[in-house]
Amino acid sequence: MKGRWLIPTIYIILLMIPIYWLVNMSFKTNQEILSVLSPIPLNPTLDNYLVIFTDASWYSGYINSTIYVVMNMIISVSVALPAAYAFSRYRFLGDKHLFFWLLTNRMAPPAVFALPFFQLYSSVGLFDTHIAVALAHCLFNVPLAVWILEGFMSGVPKEIDETAYIDGYSFPKFFVKIFMPQIASGIGVAAFFCFMFSWVELLLARTLTSVNAKPIAATMTRTVSASGLDWGVLAAAGVLTIIPGALVIYFVRNYIAKGFALGRV
Amino acid sequence: MSVELVEVSKVVGSETHIRSVSMKLEPGSLNILLGPTLSGKTSLMRLMAGLDEPTSGRVLANGQDVTAVPVRKRNVAMVYQQFINYPTLSVFENIASPLRVAGRPKAEIESKVKQAAELLKITAMLDRTPLELSGGQQQRTALARALVKGAELVLLDEPLANLDYKLREELREELPRVFSESGTVLVYATTEPTEALLLGGNTATLHEGTVTQFGPTLDVYRRPHDLLTAQVFSDPPMNLMQVRLEGGRLQLTDGQEMPVAGLLQGLPDGRYTLGMRPNHLALERPTESAVEVTAEVTVTEITGSESFVHVDFAGERWVVLAHGVRDLSAGDRVPVYIDPERLFIFDAEQRLKAAPGLQAAA
Repeated sequence: MKGRWLIPTIYIILLMIPIYWLVNMSFKTNQEILSVLSPIPLNPTLDNYLVIFTDASWYSGYINSTIYVVMNMIISVSVALPAAYAFSRYRFLGDKHLFFWLLTNRMAPPAVFALPFFQLYSSVGLFDTHIAVALAHCLFNVPLAVWILEGFMSGVPKEIDETAYIDGYSFPKFFVKIFMPQIASGIGVAAFFCFMFSWVELLLARTLTSVNAKPIAATMTRTVSASGLDWGVLAAAGVLTIIPGALVIYFVRNYIAKGFALGRV
Repeated sequence: MSVELVEVSKVVGSETHIRSVSMKLEPGSLNILLGPTLSGKTSLMRLMAGLDEPTSGRVLANGQDVTAVPVRKRNVAMVYQQFINYPTLSVFENIASPLRVAGRPKAEIESKVKQAAELLKITAMLDRTPLELSGGQQQRTALARALVKGAELVLLDEPLANLDYKLREELREELPRVFSESGTVLVYATTEPTEALLLGGNTATLHEGTVTQFGPTLDVYRRPHDLLTAQVFSDPPMNLMQVRLEGGRLQLTDGQEMPVAGLLQGLPDGRYTLGMRPNHLALERPTESAVEVTAEVTVTEITGSESFVHVDFAGERWVVLAHGVRDLSAGDRVPVYIDPERLFIFDAEQRLKAAPGLQAAA
């Protein structure tokens, strides 16, 4: 059929326009952004990026975000692994209810938790630390990771566990040497989803930090100066925010669909 | 090693999976668990292995109580019906796995794995991963892993069920030979009576979680203690007929009378169930004393040299094994001959009273 490519192409172009415009802006000067409508920069410049890479208040935002996102990924996945194993392999009183209840944690908007978290962390001295944000995000990421991992684990026959025990493996050794390699893609996908949430989440991250652990998303909202918004730098920051996500997606691209189905395919 | 089960039961929720089973497996013996699906073969094996703990009863190994000993502390090996291997490890590492865990020296592992692979003809596959192998090769890998461990108790749970028949025949012959190391107790579960007969050894027939009989395979086949055992150990199913013996006259279901001859002699009056294996019924008169009844053909299955003729006799479904190709169509009425010397006779309590070569005690 001729013209089959037409509609998808139009769709993709429409999707790409904002991203294109962001990239376009990031190479322009503020003056050009505010004066003319140009599809390609008239005087391409790297100044905007230079600002970000040299100004500590900018690049520390990326460092802070990366630190708490990685912390959150590690905590979420390592907590979710044993939990998911229990849900996948054992029957216990109320297991199905508990499993469902886990997911309902995600149904509450983060804003609901902002105030209690702020109060709690302030009183125990966790305010404005990376671990504070990482832990707060666990509330949303652990349930999701448990659901994803449980799906992948249930795809591994129980007989493999038993064969390992028969061979003489202890539980921890079996889990690390035999079991985890089999659900490696599941772990990757779970980590990806944690990354996605934690990286773009703004409200909790901003509420729980002030200076030392200020995330990039918060930095971006505070670029208003006396001379107005610094459009070019903001656009460059936006582009740099997209890149890590794109990189992570590339590594788990083959398993994403299974991840969206929570491992149940 | 000898393995003994003492009144072992397993109850899960409200379901009884194993009902008070006692049996003793001798060192170096081949034991077959024969029963239809859900009869408890796998449950029983899991109890023997220590994967499950019995609800009541004891498991003894060499006379020692091992009921509460977890599976990783026992010297057992198990092969499942599904091909279970570690997909992320190479075939070599799969086979070597129990030796690696036991911390054996490298050279020993190398030589043992090579030897097992040789025996099971997967030497060329050692560098691949299990998922790159065919079903038969995957199962051979699992068998090789069970073999290198040198376990005292080897449990094979329908290991050949998912293989095509050529491979099954080949492996079935090899298996007992491969595992016939000194002292190894081999337990083999199957749903097929033919497989039990081909393997020999001892057979335990299972029905709904109970072992109905346990003894040398041929004994169990020839002298099933009760009707259940006879039915489990018969494929196609044993043909049954309810009869009534009264004052020297034997009345069949269809009202016909049968002379009290052959094995039927010497039985007291009462109700009996006659069991006839498909090869004991005939479409042509086999002997002078054979009794002729008329039945209606329902289906004919032709295997080539033999035909299984399914017939309906007064509401009972029978299968007659006849030589050659029989071109009978549904609804045909055919004579079926019952040989009074080739019967299994069960009393009202379903216990065996007489069998071919075993006359009822008068």
